[in-house]
Amino acid sequence: MNPVLLIDFGSTYTKVTAVDTDAPAILGTASSYTTVETDVGEGLDKALALLQEKTGPLAFAARYACSSAAGGLRMIACGLVPSLTVEAARRAALGAGAKVIRVYSYQLTESDVGEIGALKPDILLLTGGTDGGNSANILQNAQMLAQTDGDFPIIIAGNRVAAPQCVRLLQDSAHETIVSENVMPVFNTLNIGPVQDTIRKLFLRRIVRAKGLTHQQSLLNGIMMPTPSAVMRALTLLADGPEGRRGLGDLVAVDLGGATTDVYSIADGLPTGASTILRGLPEPHAKRTVEGDIGMRYSARGVLEAAGLPRLCALSGLSEDAVEALLARIEASPGILPEPGSDLKRLDFALATAAIETGLTRHAGTIEQVFTPAGMVFQQTGKDLTGVEILLMTGGALVFSGEAERIAQQALAGVEDPSSLKPRDARVVLDRQYILAAMGLLCEQYPEAAFDIMCQEFLKQKGA
Amino acid sequence: MDKPKKTLVIGVIGADVHAVGIQILNYAFTEAGFNVINLGVMVSQEEYIEAAIESNADAIVVSSLYGHGELDCRGLREKCDEAGLTDILLYVGGNIVVGKQPFEEVEKRFHEMGFNRVFGPGTAPETTIAALKEDLLGEKP
Repeated sequence: MNPVLLIDFGSTYTKVTAVDTDAPAILGTASSYTTVETDVGEGLDKALALLQEKTGPLAFAARYACSSAAGGLRMIACGLVPSLTVEAARRAALGAGAKVIRVYSYQLTESDVGEIGALKPDILLLTGGTDGGNSANILQNAQMLAQTDGDFPIIIAGNRVAAPQCVRLLQDSAHETIVSENVMPVFNTLNIGPVQDTIRKLFLRRIVRAKGLTHQQSLLNGIMMPTPSAVMRALTLLADGPEGRRGLGDLVAVDLGGATTDVYSIADGLPTGASTILRGLPEPHAKRTVEGDIGMRYSARGVLEAAGLPRLCALSGLSEDAVEALLARIEASPGILPEPGSDLKRLDFALATAAIETGLTRHAGTIEQVFTPAGMVFQQTGKDLTGVEILLMTGGALVFSGEAERIAQQALAGVEDPSSLKPRDARVVLDRQYILAAMGLLCEQYPEAAFDIMCQEFLKQKGA
Repeated sequence: MDKPKKTLVIGVIGADVHAVGIQILNYAFTEAGFNVINLGVMVSQEEYIEAAIESNADAIVVSSLYGHGELDCRGLREKCDEAGLTDILLYVGGNIVVGKQPFEEVEKRFHEMGFNRVFGPGTAPETTIAALKEDLLGEKP
């Protein structure tokens, strides 16, 4: 037996998963409250004690951790044109597991600079211009950023011709600068891998320490990445398979939380029809979007605004007044949990369904018919996920609801919007033991074992 | 060191799906020494402008073959001005108007719309290349 410990320092819970990599299997899972105020090591020790009550004493060969505690990795992205380098920068940051707290396009103003200083991001990503393209904007923004308060590091990933001068403009400021490859070296070509590596290295070197997560050196060395980045790795491994093996193929995953809804797709999503023209920025194979306005508790009001009161009433079977009253209760006490059979339980069903519907719709691409003198053609923007066969659901709100399948199926069936390219007929798979982040960590050293464990965990549900 | 190449943004405007000609222009302009950003077919005015901003383009070359170019091109210069592309060169060429109209009148209308050069049906790529070299590099034809 080769037991490995995987730790996820979440904003509320510290979750531990013990696995055996020799005969790949989950040995046990446990969780305890995250203790950011003192030292995350304390909450971890409690979770470990709970774990070993179940499994018996384990001598771990290795321990790896990911973290979204203390606010996660908070990033600001700056670029030039909103649909081009700004979008590329946003996707790079989201794909690296960051929480994108603000996005700026074109020139930064003095009030923007004040705002950035007040927001205190962990990292600022500065982009703009293709290689050899526009340099005036990124230079101007570097000059403005030199005046911001704080000492957050700035990654420069724009027009490579302008990068050295950006560094010079910022060298007398308190900000460390790191030059990375341009997120869009050639027009409409996305190059987000290198900047994501840079983000991850910075996260390891600076952010974990800066957040004072722990004083234990051994723990510090074990924290490898932000939690969403670990989830993305696990999903990519599951879809594409470890080297030399076939994965499960294209998949979509939804992580429904109290404040946000994360949607992941591991799929190229290229057009399937012959007369379809693809528009806009190319999509990354592994894509993550975060709906910051949609969640089960802190962002319950956002679900109402996105889906509309009639939709929530229809899904829950409650009256408009009842929905409003329950939303007010949720806002007053976000920790509230529903009793079985209660009205809140019915509203939670509606909120979860509408949140997933909205998250999937925003994540997936769209298609529209265009009538031209040469006949009808289709224009696709974003990913076509209609043919995706697996929808993986994770997050406590879903897993512990006891009706995740019903929620997912309702969300897929949803109001038929012919322009949306969201999944139509996917099989729903549940991350019952909340192992995705753990498997993303495990796949760094043990991809085969991580893949086998996920197949055991998810495939048996598919009946495959 | 060679002088940096001049950058052109090209594409077929509007609901026009004529895909072959733009590939030929892409090839011809690239061979002639330009850095070409080919947006393909069914390009909106905003897409030309966004591509030109991000790539710091020197010229936008608009193609139109299906006769509705006049409608599609209206306001492009004004939007360029609004987007800060005040000195960008605008070319248009192809079957840019409905039916057979005297080219001088068509040219005049497009000049008034802010296009620097207007090319009629059957223009060879060499003609446009010579014009680009004159306007961007100061080379006399």
